[in-house]
Amino acid sequence: MIELLPDREKQVLRKRAEAPVAEIACNKASAAGSVSQRACVFCGSRVVLYPVADALHVVHGPIGCAAYTWDIRGSLSSGPQLYRHSFSTDLQEMDVIYGGEKKLEAALLELIAHHRPKAAFIYSTCIVGLIGDDVSAVCRRVSEKTGIPVLGVHSEGFKGTKKDGYKAACEALSKLVGTGDTRDIGPYAINILGEFNLAGEAWIIRDYYRRMGLDVVATLTGDARIEDIRRAHGAKLNLVQCSGSMTNLAKMMERDYGIPYKRVSYFGIEDVSAALYEAAKFFPQDPGILERTQDLVRQEVAAIHPQLQHFKRKLVGKRAAIYVGGSFKAFSLIRILRLLGMETSVVGSQTGDADDYRQLQEICDPGTIIVDDSNPLELAKFCLEKDVDLFIGGVKERPIAYKLGIGFCDHNHERKEPLAGFVGMVNFAKEVYASVASPVWQFAPRRARRANISTPLPPA
Amino acid sequence: MLDGTTATIKPREALRINPAKTCQPIGAMYAALGLHGCMPHSHGSQGCCAYHRSHLTRHFKEPVVATSSSFTEGASVFGGLANMTQALNNIFTIYNPEVVAVHTTCLSEVIGDDIPMMIKKATEEGIIPNGKVVIHANTPSFVGSHVTGFANMVTAMVKYLSESTGLTQTQKEANRRLNIIPGFIDPSDMRELKRIAEGMGVGFILFPDTSGVLDLPQDGHYRMFPGGGATVEQIKAAGDSLATLALGHFTSRPAAEELDEKCGVPAALLDLPIGLTNTDRFIHALRNYGGVDVPATLGEERGRLLDAMSDLHQYFHGKRVAVSGDPDHVIALTQFLVDLDMQPAFVITGSMGNHFETRIREILAEQVPDAVVEQNTDLFALHQWIKNKPVDVIIGNTYSKYISRVENIPFVRFGFPTLDRMGHRYFPSVGYMGALRLMEKINDALLDKHERECADEYFELVH
Repeated sequence: MIELLPDREKQVLRKRAEAPVAEIACNKASAAGSVSQRACVFCGSRVVLYPVADALHVVHGPIGCAAYTWDIRGSLSSGPQLYRHSFSTDLQEMDVIYGGEKKLEAALLELIAHHRPKAAFIYSTCIVGLIGDDVSAVCRRVSEKTGIPVLGVHSEGFKGTKKDGYKAACEALSKLVGTGDTRDIGPYAINILGEFNLAGEAWIIRDYYRRMGLDVVATLTGDARIEDIRRAHGAKLNLVQCSGSMTNLAKMMERDYGIPYKRVSYFGIEDVSAALYEAAKFFPQDPGILERTQDLVRQEVAAIHPQLQHFKRKLVGKRAAIYVGGSFKAFSLIRILRLLGMETSVVGSQTGDADDYRQLQEICDPGTIIVDDSNPLELAKFCLEKDVDLFIGGVKERPIAYKLGIGFCDHNHERKEPLAGFVGMVNFAKEVYASVASPVWQFAPRRARRANISTPLPPA
Repeated sequence: MLDGTTATIKPREALRINPAKTCQPIGAMYAALGLHGCMPHSHGSQGCCAYHRSHLTRHFKEPVVATSSSFTEGASVFGGLANMTQALNNIFTIYNPEVVAVHTTCLSEVIGDDIPMMIKKATEEGIIPNGKVVIHANTPSFVGSHVTGFANMVTAMVKYLSESTGLTQTQKEANRRLNIIPGFIDPSDMRELKRIAEGMGVGFILFPDTSGVLDLPQDGHYRMFPGGGATVEQIKAAGDSLATLALGHFTSRPAAEELDEKCGVPAALLDLPIGLTNTDRFIHALRNYGGVDVPATLGEERGRLLDAMSDLHQYFHGKRVAVSGDPDHVIALTQFLVDLDMQPAFVITGSMGNHFETRIREILAEQVPDAVVEQNTDLFALHQWIKNKPVDVIIGNTYSKYISRVENIPFVRFGFPTLDRMGHRYFPSVGYMGALRLMEKINDALLDKHERECADEYFELVH
């Protein structure tokens, strides 16, 4: 039996029927020496800003940080592809001794002259925080010379968690917001925050709002353009998905421009409908918006209903484990799985806070295991204990699920089909079905034993 | 639209675009996974460890475990001793590996953490249980590349573990056991090297050995420490071997030299056994140092490779190739391309080391004296050269696919990382069989493009 690290016992709990909601320890640094699935500040900043397609992204540090984040996010752009190149100062020993400011400045001037980007983001890595490069000063100088915004992102890896990286990214973005001309923005305008256009999801969502009669000023940051971000303060409402990453910016915009924000999710029929209605109700001056929203939801739901019923018949009673970055996504996933007749047996996140975990307990069924900042051994143990049929996670979890003979759905950067919106609900059901019902699992040892399939193997 | 590259080449001094390398620690982590029951430990902030694990997982499609010292701001000011102590305590208490292989990061290097002192302290405090081992390698990310990190960790294995028990030459000869240091190759390649050596009846210790660690069958279990990997005992015993075959100047030579210096085991330095010539050299070395004969079956494998080379030689003649990747891989492949009568026109690595250029020039001296050969460069530069003088085929890791797409040039995936195809996980590139596979892939890539694009009248049934 696999034990839990003593330090971690408080980060795991089991939902009990009729028991009061218990506190889970979270929001703490991972114990040194644990096989954590978590990343760093830089990672947080990089994933948030990466999709800004017409900006230059330069990683100031040794080569690794740039290499590992080169075109891995799956955020699509409808135009510029500049963001998909990997630019780095590739700091060497001499730079560490004498400082990397000159190199950074030269690199930026070269790149901006060549690519003429609309803005540049400069990511500080661990080492920059230690050798004391004044990145802000370099940014200021380069900005003056080139006439474009050059924004330092304070993303030194060790200065906190991924969440602090989100915050640093939001701070960089907030310097752009408010610098554009908003005169031609109409009265029914919104921003979409925390939507990264993985597999083209932002395009789907933007289209819904357009059909409702709303203008989307900026999407942050999926398929984003600098000019749009600069005008984002012209919107009347911010709709924030992936709350962990973008609530900071929403709060800053509320403070500075009086723009209220609402937390939404576009995953699953219930959540995406709620998101659209939330936006519609915000503009009661034009009742047409609400009417169009009702029509849209009705049409879309009717269109996908037969397919969903088809998948539900196949999936009813199957069990799932969820391990995701932000816990807000987990709420949506639990609801979607329930809609498909599936149970969530294990649920966890890398960065959930106390509120998130309280809410999770409220919506989970009794017996569900809830876990913060988990590791492969724990996840494998819980999956086997609960005998799950599906694992929903990211790149590091996929091979673990497969080794155990469990179906998998990537709900992270590597998704290939859009999972957001109504159409995304069908894609999700299809993807889950394709994996859970794959004939491959009948050959997997634990299923083969149950199905009495004889395998030509030596005795274990 | 992916084409951000211009044909006009301007000198770049301060900038790396589309790197053909990554940083030291990931190489050290991969090497450490080739030790049996080993937990690689990253002494730095959490992101490094997460990135390396994700990146390795994308290449191997296998779970990759490693721990981190989870540096915070405090640790970066006061040093990482407390983090290391807590980490070692947690690792041994809960995961209970045989070995912990610590590598550093840019962060812990710059603050000057003294890892041997930390290990010593942990030993004195009884944190490292009896019979368990902690080794370390310094792997600053701002020096060298992932290749350097790999070499440093393999060298650390020798430094910490290998021992000479003072056997006489006669005793060593009676044992007839060789060390094989395989370099930064895939588990499938290590498996193939072992198959060849076993087939020849040579006694050997191969380390590191990631077969059985990162190429596991699906058996319904998840194991943090799978059955494979070179054991501490084996690496200890490597000090008593008759000789070491070090495959690859960059990845294996430093460990072989350390073994020679520390335990007096002489080393034969070979290129990676990729392609006909280099596999021949490897097998010669096994035969000569191991005092065995080459079995008929291996001779037949070679014969089949040679037969295929004969069948296809007209297709390969004079084809211009752009090769990029890790220096040991590129050196060995360039030799094979020359054997196939191809023209490696651009040969680059993102890593540093003059040996790369010297050795490639040596290989290309007669056939392609005007080849562009460059170390410490990147895929942006390679793309620019290709724009100026196109090639017939590109061979490199997954990142070359952008160039291939933009320029419509056939592309053969080869080396680390391969993030988008599955073959490398199962089919070796080393040995005669590996050469056959590489040749098939190159030929297929060339013919597929030809047949997709040629005019109807030139579209032929038979090739």
